[in-house]
Amino acid sequence: MGLKEKLHQTKLKYQGKKMAPAFNAIHTFLYAPNETTHSGSHVRGADDLKRTMNTVIMSLVPCLIFGMFNAGYQQYAAINGFPADFSIMEHFLTWDNFLIGAATILPLVVVSYGIGLAVEFVFAVIKGHEVEEGYLVTGMLVPLIVPVDTPLWMLAIAVIFGVVIGKEVFGGTGMNILNPALTIRAFLFFAYPTWMSGDKVWVHGAVDGVTKAGSTDAISGETVLGYLAQGNTAEMAQKYDLADMFFGFIPGSVGETSTFLILLGGLFLIFSKIASWRIMLSAVLGSLAMGLIFNGIVAAEWIPEYSKFYSLMSFEYWQHLLVGGLAFGIVFMATDPVTGSQTNRGKWIYGFLIGFMSVMIRVFNPGYPEGVFLAILLMNVFAPTIDHYVVRGNIKRRMKRLKNATIYPKVTEGAEALKTETV
Amino acid sequence: MALLSKKDANLILDPLADNNPITIQVLGICSALAITAELKASVVMAISVIFVLGVGNVVISLLRNIIPSKIRIIVQLIVVATLVIVVDQVLKAFAYELSKTLAVFVGLIITNCIIMGRFEAFALGNGPWRSFLDGIGNALGYGVILIIVGFFRELLGSGTLFGMPVLGDPIAKTGLYATGYENNGFMIIPPAALIVVGIIIWVQRSRNKALIEEA
Repeated sequence: MGLKEKLHQTKLKYQGKKMAPAFNAIHTFLYAPNETTHSGSHVRGADDLKRTMNTVIMSLVPCLIFGMFNAGYQQYAAINGFPADFSIMEHFLTWDNFLIGAATILPLVVVSYGIGLAVEFVFAVIKGHEVEEGYLVTGMLVPLIVPVDTPLWMLAIAVIFGVVIGKEVFGGTGMNILNPALTIRAFLFFAYPTWMSGDKVWVHGAVDGVTKAGSTDAISGETVLGYLAQGNTAEMAQKYDLADMFFGFIPGSVGETSTFLILLGGLFLIFSKIASWRIMLSAVLGSLAMGLIFNGIVAAEWIPEYSKFYSLMSFEYWQHLLVGGLAFGIVFMATDPVTGSQTNRGKWIYGFLIGFMSVMIRVFNPGYPEGVFLAILLMNVFAPTIDHYVVRGNIKRRMKRLKNATIYPKVTEGAEALKTETV
Repeated sequence: MALLSKKDANLILDPLADNNPITIQVLGICSALAITAELKASVVMAISVIFVLGVGNVVISLLRNIIPSKIRIIVQLIVVATLVIVVDQVLKAFAYELSKTLAVFVGLIITNCIIMGRFEAFALGNGPWRSFLDGIGNALGYGVILIIVGFFRELLGSGTLFGMPVLGDPIAKTGLYATGYENNGFMIIPPAALIVVGIIIWVQRSRNKALIEEA
């Protein structure tokens, strides 16, 4: 008896019982069921929601694995200094790096999924409906957008908060206003700011006081944006070059550093038609636009060099896309089909404003030089409003067309009545 | 409750639960969000509102037949402002530190929707004794929520209750903090109060389905 058959038997046994949703969930996660998604604001196609979610997870796996290597590498670099003759095979893709990274990051993944799915199962059993698939992607996103050394109990509390307050109170998957993964990130940021910012949290072991080789100095690692926020442009440029930023050999949240792999994931999502290319493209344009405005302000010398915003403002406009969480947020968070805009024109506006505001908040945020999660959450709130006005605009345009239209056969009394009725 | 008839007793008991001014009528939210980061401030605010609303309702009720209806809002404002100034002065005289914490929010009791709402809806049409009970009941309902919210926000946000450390010392890492526990900074900021009030509303409605509006 194969696994599929066995699952089917168990499912039949529990049919109509209280725990039935739990068994159904395991069954449909592993094997495509014979039915497709019933409801929710998702694209209806031959695939059900779980297959869609799994595709997103596949596109996230490279970022996760890269994050493991990077966690090991950042610790190595912080202890021994950056290798002068950096070679990817010798210094980056090593078993040591991978094992150090996996040992820190896998617990994050396990806690994220374990707690999140437990909450989903509890709600499904209480409400007596099927377990919703929504947490599959969220559970993978969460460990990728937190610093490596986030304490597990904090993550657990944040996950409970994010799933219950961010999603279940609104009615579960497909009904939520805010992206649950970003709700979790925002909760962590406001609840435990010392664990989410500064120069200690990005390198594994720095918080516990691991020391540099041949010294008693504790290791630390500042992000590119962190350096810029403090005005240390020269130090940053000496430490990281453009290739480091693009391929992701820089400190940062677990999965956000490698713009290259995010780009691959993004292309995969576009070709599999799961994520909206309109949102991605317009968000990139939005961030470039805001970056250009800041560069222009610097070029026009409207801002003195001693201003604390000077370094971040003079940061080359397109390089904003290479550092911090901007690329990750645009590709994997802004494109969430539930919380984003639904209309095509709305997607352009929504995406553009996300990019625009991400860079703006990043530059002007005094506590923490990053703003992608705040920008996306803000636009999540506005997405229904944008859609509302796009739809209203469409109706208005068509009304106008109807008024100016010549109706054949030549206007008779009946047609006139019809016209006014429609209006 | 032999003291009160059943009808009178309900004037006090209803606002405590199924007709709560904060969780059911959603009035007086501003102060509930602003001053509940500390339990002490919540308690003082609750007592102040009990005083203002109890006395105010009686005064308005006594005056109800001689207030010209065209200027009744002004008269109500004068009554409530007088009472609030009394509270403010008493706090400044006997609890100066606390009055600084509460700052402008004591003064803003004047604009608390619950007070004007009870004047308009109840005191103008009922006798002094029943108005008094109604005022006390509504202010108690407001105070209970304030104290619940204040309890959770201070406990989770600062690890203290009434300013006394109850979870250990966060700096010396004793008690619960020795295990790596940390205070939740989110509970200090006003949005947390909104979420705590939301959770209270959720619990209340899931216990009493009759409160849920038709969708």
